[in-house]
Amino acid sequence: MTDATNGSGATAFTGAMRILAGLLEARTGQILSESRIWRIETALKPLLRANGMANLEELVSQLLASTESGLTDDVVSALLNNETSFFRDLQTFDMLYRDLLPELAATKQDKVLRIWCAGCSTGQEAYSLAMQLRKDAARWQGWRFQILATDISKAAVARAQSGVFSQIDVQRGLAINDLLRWFEPAGDDWKVSDDLRRMIEFKVDNLLEPKAPGANYDLILCRNVMLYFALDKRQKVFSRLAEYSRPGSYLILGAGETVIGQTEAFTASRNFRGSYERAKAKPEKTAGDIRKSA
Amino acid sequence: MKNCLVVDDSKVIRKVARHILESLDIKVTEACDGRDALTQCEAAIPDVVLLDWNMPVMSGMEFLQELSRTKMDARPKVIFCTTENGIGHIKAAVEAGADEYVMKPFDRDTLESKLQIVGVI
Ligand SMILES: C[S@@+](CC[C@H](N)C(=O)[O-])C[C@H]1O[C@@H](n2cnc3c(N)ncnc32)[C@H](O)[C@@H]1O
Repeated sequence: MTDATNGSGATAFTGAMRILAGLLEARTGQILSESRIWRIETALKPLLRANGMANLEELVSQLLASTESGLTDDVVSALLNNETSFFRDLQTFDMLYRDLLPELAATKQDKVLRIWCAGCSTGQEAYSLAMQLRKDAARWQGWRFQILATDISKAAVARAQSGVFSQIDVQRGLAINDLLRWFEPAGDDWKVSDDLRRMIEFKVDNLLEPKAPGANYDLILCRNVMLYFALDKRQKVFSRLAEYSRPGSYLILGAGETVIGQTEAFTASRNFRGSYERAKAKPEKTAGDIRKSA
Repeated sequence: MKNCLVVDDSKVIRKVARHILESLDIKVTEACDGRDALTQCEAAIPDVVLLDWNMPVMSGMEFLQELSRTKMDARPKVIFCTTENGIGHIKAAVEAGADEYVMKPFDRDTLESKLQIVGVI
């Protein structure tokens, strides 16, 4: 700490950056790459300005002195990468529509479909999924959808909930017919229809200590969230995801992600490309869980 | 290799579009107005047409109407480009037969996502 407040220019600067990167990792699991650590100041500029702070050192001392979590939450939100788009990795959504969702429709007797979008960012992923479900009304006659979408970033969840997207957002990935069917112009932006919005419950929640999810999910999407997690954090999250899903359910990860070497609770699905099946047996425990219960 | 016909009266826009499309492994031909585009389509049908809306000689809308009247073995997909984001404008283009739309100025990610949606890549 002395580094951050009393040290000479260059060291002090790096000290504050390291503390902020450490805070982000402790809270969320996200490890910032070196190049992103160098961009911390740029990412936090608006927040510094809004709080009348001169530099990162001042921010760090405020964080250390304050007992409220508001400022910490804002810092964490500002440092997270919220990159997303409608129908990101189109093949995945095609596969869901063509193969995986029909399989769920054919096998679930209770006609309730429970889906969790973990790390939903500003909502595009959950809305894309909802659009895929609504595309085939006949298949889902008499069904109930329960879609939970969570993210640790308050700012992202607030945007997701508002359902308002900029012209640039709707340009990326959204087909013109979906735009016309599900969105209405709102000034220069576009607002998702209430009908679609009501299908999804958005909540702020940390994947490392989830409180929002119920149980027995049939399908979990956790895409591009754990790319920069340390292995132990990934293992922890995988075992949480397994706990909240029913045996035989499916997990979808981002295009470059895998469960291999990280968990045995899920195995690559033979039928559905890019998806993982929750093992039928009880989920294995992580070393941390075993220590905790001992 | 897929073909794209870029139709725009602005040389700069055509150049930007060509650059992006070639980086996506798409072969590019150019036309500077709707009339020119129609002649080219009659000679060789492209997989996709990137169509500007406001052009001096035969607008994008007129091009689409003409195209639908022309006898052809196959129809190219049409992505129309505009600076207007009004819903009326977008609906009119879809009704006239456009498959997708893209706002100008566009970047690589946007154009790539539109090409995926129409199934060209
Ligand atoms: C790159 S975005 C991906 C969004 C979306 N799933 C997609 O694939 O387009 C990653 C999201 O994960 C969220 N995130 C990161 N760590 C998290 C954590 N520990 N708990 C919940 N969400 C987290 C971030 O806030 C961010 O919105």
